[in-house]
Amino acid sequence: MSEVWLVVLAVGAVTIALKATGPVLLGGRELPPPVLRVVVLLAPALLAALVAVGILGGDRELLLDERLAGLGAAVLALLVRAPILVVVIAAAVATALARGLV
Amino acid sequence: MCVRRRSGTCIVRGSIAASPDIVSPRPTAAARSEPTRYRDGFRAIAPILPMAFAFGLSFGVLAKASGMGSLAPVLMSMTTFAGSAQFAAASVIGTGGGALAAIGAASLLNTRYAPISLTVAPSLGGRWFSRLFQSQLIVDESWAVAQAGGGRVDRRTLVGAGALLWVFWVGGTTVGVLGAGFIGNPARYGLDAAFPALFLALLVAQIDSRKAVLAAVLGATIALALVPFSAAGVPIIVASLACLVGLWGR
Repeated sequence: MSEVWLVVLAVGAVTIALKATGPVLLGGRELPPPVLRVVVLLAPALLAALVAVGILGGDRELLLDERLAGLGAAVLALLVRAPILVVVIAAAVATALARGLV
Repeated sequence: MCVRRRSGTCIVRGSIAASPDIVSPRPTAAARSEPTRYRDGFRAIAPILPMAFAFGLSFGVLAKASGMGSLAPVLMSMTTFAGSAQFAAASVIGTGGGALAAIGAASLLNTRYAPISLTVAPSLGGRWFSRLFQSQLIVDESWAVAQAGGGRVDRRTLVGAGALLWVFWVGGTTVGVLGAGFIGNPARYGLDAAFPALFLALLVAQIDSRKAVLAAVLGATIALALVPFSAAGVPIIVASLACLVGLWGR
C-alpha cells in the first residue's frame, strides 16, 4: 500500500472514531476537568505551530521569504474583521505579488 | 467558552456577525416548541457554503500538487471531512515528511472532535450505528450553527448543516483535483501562504483566554525551534505538548 493511501485510510479511521467518541462510546459523560483543560488548548497550540511552520519553514531550515507578505496581508485582513475567505485570498495575492507573478 | 473554542467558529464568525438572524431562529423555534427541521440546518449553513467549496477546491489542488493523486484526496474529503487535518496531512506528504508524521499531525489536529462530540452526545439518540453515522456530520461549522444554548446542540440543524457542508466540501475537492493541472503549482500563486492564513484565521477564534495565548505562543516557538533539526511534521506533533499548560493553575 502506498504512503498516500496509508495516510488517507488511517486519518479517516482515526477521525471517524474521534467524532463518534461522545455519541457512540461515552453516552454523554463529560471528560474529567483536567483532561478537558488540556484538550481545549490543543487546537491553539497546533494551529499556531502550523502558521509558524507554514510561513517560516523550509527543508530543515527557517526561511524569510515572500510568504511573510502573505502573513502580513492576512493579519491586516483579520484586523478589519474580513471574512475568512478574504483573509486567505489576501494572503495568496500578497505573496504572489511579492513574487512578481501577478 | 466552548462556543468560541473550536476552529469552526471563526469560519462562521463573519457570517453570524453579519446576519445574526441566520442563527437565532432555532432557539426561537425551540422556545415556541416548534420542532426544528433539517431545512433549518440548510438555512443556517448557507452563507458558509461558497467558502466550504473554495477550501475544498484548494485542498484538491494542494493534495494533487503534493503527489496524492486524484482519487485519494476525494476519498479523504468523504471520510475524514475535516479541513485543517486534511491540509496538514497533504502538506506533510508534499514536503516529504512521511506517512507517520502526516497521520500524527492530522490525528492530533482532529483530537478536538472527541470533546466536541461529547457535547453532541446528549442530542443524538437511536441505535449506535445511527449515532455513529450522524456523528460523522460533526464539523466545526455545523457544530457552531447548531448551538441551541446551554451547551446543547440541535440534532436536525447539525445533521442538515453537516450534510450540506459535506456535499460542498467533497464537490470542491473533486473540482480542485480535476482542475489542478489547469490551475498550476499552488506556490506559484501564493497558495502556500494561503494555508497558514487559513490556520491563522482559525487560530484567532481559538484565542479566548490567556492560557490559549500561552499555548499558541509556546506551540509556535516549539515548532520553529524544531524545524532545523527534525523531519517535516515532527515539529507540529511536538508543538502539541504546549497544550499541557492547561494543567497549570486554576
